[in-house]
Amino acid sequence: MSDIKDIIKDENLVYKKTKVLTDNVMHYCPGCSHGVVHKLVAEVIEEMGIQEKTIGISPVGCSVLAYNYLDIDWQEAAHGRAPALATAVNRLHPEKYVFTYQGDGDLASIGTAEIMHACNRGENIVVIFINNAIYGMTGGQMAPTTLEGMKTATSPYGRDIKLNGHPLIITELIAQLPGTSYVTRQAVHTPAAVRKCKKAIRKAFENIGQKKGTSFVEVVSTCNSGWKLSPVKSNEWMVENMFPVYKPGDLKDE
Amino acid sequence: MAEYKLMKGNEVIAEAAIRCGCDAYFGYPITPQSEILETLTLRQPWLETGMVVLQAESEVAAINMVYGGAACGKKVMTSSSSPGISLKQEGITYLAGAELPCLVVNVVRGGPGLGTIQPAQSDYFQSVKGGGHGDYKLIVLAPASVQEMNDFVDLGFELAFKYRNPALILSDGVIGQMMEKVKLSPVKPRWTNEEVIKLNGSWATTGKTADRPRNVATSLELDSARQEQFNHKLQAKYKEIQEKEVRFEKIACDDAEYLFVAYGSSSRICQKAIDLAREKGIKVGLLRPITLFPYPTKAIQEMAEKVKGILAVEMSAGQMVEDVRLAVNGKVKVEHFGRFGGMIPSPNEVVKALEDLIIKG
Ligand SMILES: Cc1ncc(C[n+]2csc(CCOP(=O)(O)OP(=O)(O)O)c2C)c(N)n1
Repeated sequence: MSDIKDIIKDENLVYKKTKVLTDNVMHYCPGCSHGVVHKLVAEVIEEMGIQEKTIGISPVGCSVLAYNYLDIDWQEAAHGRAPALATAVNRLHPEKYVFTYQGDGDLASIGTAEIMHACNRGENIVVIFINNAIYGMTGGQMAPTTLEGMKTATSPYGRDIKLNGHPLIITELIAQLPGTSYVTRQAVHTPAAVRKCKKAIRKAFENIGQKKGTSFVEVVSTCNSGWKLSPVKSNEWMVENMFPVYKPGDLKDE
Repeated sequence: MAEYKLMKGNEVIAEAAIRCGCDAYFGYPITPQSEILETLTLRQPWLETGMVVLQAESEVAAINMVYGGAACGKKVMTSSSSPGISLKQEGITYLAGAELPCLVVNVVRGGPGLGTIQPAQSDYFQSVKGGGHGDYKLIVLAPASVQEMNDFVDLGFELAFKYRNPALILSDGVIGQMMEKVKLSPVKPRWTNEEVIKLNGSWATTGKTADRPRNVATSLELDSARQEQFNHKLQAKYKEIQEKEVRFEKIACDDAEYLFVAYGSSSRICQKAIDLAREKGIKVGLLRPITLFPYPTKAIQEMAEKVKGILAVEMSAGQMVEDVRLAVNGKVKVEHFGRFGGMIPSPNEVVKALEDLIIKG
């Protein structure tokens, strides 16, 4: 029997973990989209050779500990305030690649003002927006993006529009703002979608180099723990229920 | 050649920021401190020194911009007045928790709530006891003149970076709006990016290079044993600040039989009250805390050995008086006198309070 070490040779490799991703064990639930998106961002940073120039802003939410997984300098923001931090970093370091990484509670509820105004000012940053229609970290409460009728810990009988208003489709609002140049909605539920999402993230980061203003990448995501579905079922549920409301595709590409 | 000018306290904050090599100011308009942002936008320092000046969408955004800039190892500041400072408390505790240096200026107005736009000193508790959550302290400087508004910008940044802790200038609507002659500070260039790396490279997010581990600005530590360890580290820092950075001024204390303790504009009123009282034969002096944290507890203790009674004079319903009482610890009588809600006591009122509450009382 040949040793595994003899097999792991450069000529046999079809895939290699990017060195921008650390070896820390991720705390994400199996099936969660966060891990995949982290990997895509890390790969883009490595491929563009911008590890030394990239500063990430992590949110409050499941990805609060993103700084344990990507080997770059990070700032951890208060809940919703990542775009304000990113604004300052961008203004003080126009040569840097600054990105925020935010959940839907962080970006579309408590941090609505900060994201709107950062995008409206056209801060030269990337925003990665993980929309899983739920508050993952705090145990599955209703998010601004929770679908009508969707059951969560704080909408146990399903989201009632009369009581809680409509799901906030914030990316369409963001696309209206002249400060944004690239606004897209992606997902990572199939290998093809993952490849497409990576292209979108790459374009967003390249836009920083071209001083194009704000690039905004929403990733419609799963939260199988919060949704109380298996990872596979979560993907199916997302396609069936989330995609009609949060339609994948580019909203703006200037 | 020294440069002298007649300026408002608020204007001089802006001027001093530019001159001390401040990298960025983020703010939101509110009376009585809007002249700070107005002066900065009129002066356009970005053309001169490259300093960033940005009107944020809210005080919440402004203090979080400060966090972002501070985490880059840069000299950044914000200013506001009471209601806006309340909004900044979340950001301030995060800055303290992430051990980030920055300068915050509060030109206090009367409260609670929307209150009044007139001067007050009713944000003392918020400033020195921790206005946000958690066990943290700010380095709090209390200017009593336009000159000190100028000087404390530089001093505030110096202390903030020395201890990697937010510093607060606790001013009020009197000092902010008053015009006085001021000796401007010499111009210092802003730190270059290379200097920032040299000075603050061990913690600042300047971009992770191959020769160092990644820098992370965070206040999160989920492991409670480690969170306690971190809190011990903070407490040790505050103790060191308490030991090394106390600043105060004593006026007419040598022969004093009574003592005023007052900071900021109240201390100016007390100076006049000393003259009036001494004309009447009452030997009263003034101890003016310049740092409110660290508080000049020992200096007050020493004065309590010498005087018959102490009057704490503040434009509040009685906040700093608690720290005077803690220092005096029952040795002599301590009373509070204040006007508040935007009212300013006259020197005559202060003398009368001394007579009624301390001498006769
Ligand atoms: C000021 C404040 N309010 C509330 C919380 C509690 N909290 C932590 S994460 C979170 C929601 C996160 O949800 P989301 O942004 O959708 O991210 P996810 O966890 O789903 O990735 C909340 C409400 C907090 N940490 N700070």
